[in-house]
Amino acid sequence: MNWKRATIAVFASTPLIALFAYGFTRDPGEIPSPLPGREAPEFALEVFAPGEAPLARRVGDTISLRELTGKVTVVNFWASWCLACRDEHEALSETARQYAFSPTQFVGVLYNDRPALGVNWIERMGGQSYPSVTDERSRTAIDYGLYGVPETFVIDPSGRIAYKHIGPITSSVLRSWIDSLLPGAATDTATELETR
Amino acid sequence: MRRMRLSIALIVAFCLAGPARAQDAGTVPRPALSAAEDSTLEARTTEVASMLRCPVCQGESIQDSPSELAQNMRAVVRDQLREGKTPDEIKAYFVSKYGEWILLEPEMKGLNVLLYVFPVLLVVGGLALVTVLVRRWTTPQPSER
Repeated sequence: MNWKRATIAVFASTPLIALFAYGFTRDPGEIPSPLPGREAPEFALEVFAPGEAPLARRVGDTISLRELTGKVTVVNFWASWCLACRDEHEALSETARQYAFSPTQFVGVLYNDRPALGVNWIERMGGQSYPSVTDERSRTAIDYGLYGVPETFVIDPSGRIAYKHIGPITSSVLRSWIDSLLPGAATDTATELETR
Repeated sequence: MRRMRLSIALIVAFCLAGPARAQDAGTVPRPALSAAEDSTLEARTTEVASMLRCPVCQGESIQDSPSELAQNMRAVVRDQLREGKTPDEIKAYFVSKYGEWILLEPEMKGLNVLLYVFPVLLVVGGLALVTVLVRRWTTPQPSER
């Protein structure tokens, strides 16, 4: 009789224990995004930090996603109050410089911050090679399902979001993603997305 | 005469500055709402915003959270309601950006049905078990008679 009870108890509790064990392996802060694989939300935002030659854009110019069709576009959401943004700043700025003469475009989008503070931050960080734009009332951030900063989206030449990265990004990850999307890349992105 | 010229100049400047300001903000001018329309819109915004989770908070709706992102999301809800979108369309917009997670109450479809059915089954099963056990314990065994 005791053996019977013990067996029932084991069978009843195993699925619960397995469920809790699975729960402990997951990061509650990491929420799967529905955006990779989908068309990137359109934006047209005003440049407040010009970047540096040869990637510079004039302050006040509008950068729209539509004009970037045919290029690999890296959209990085950042803020001057964001500590983690310091960690990725050099990687982003340097990678943008390395791809300056290939069909890529880096765009920084200031999130929940004032442009003057953004400009000061860029100066303190020793400059930024690519332009940054303002996002009034975080409309673009919400369109991109932003949780916080930094977040980086890599958009393929056809305007589809290929990759999303939460937290500071490294130059090796950026380079591998851009290389896989550049025209003539050996990797088939669609296949890659399906296997992710 | 000088004062009059100054007044004319000021009026002209204001007339020119008005449209320029509207253009700078990049917004389409909308007809103002009456107080009744505004309070109805506010009530509908509150209703929809209460169903959406704040992405930067712990279990709070964008209606309850004072965070700037939540307030901006609430403004999106208000704008979309004003454009004539239905609450379901607005929820679908946020789900398309953030996934089902953004809904404070998951929709009753697919695997989510388990979330609603399982607790009910558990309570019914528990009550049935307790009833059976209590009956067994309270019914005198034949040997005890």
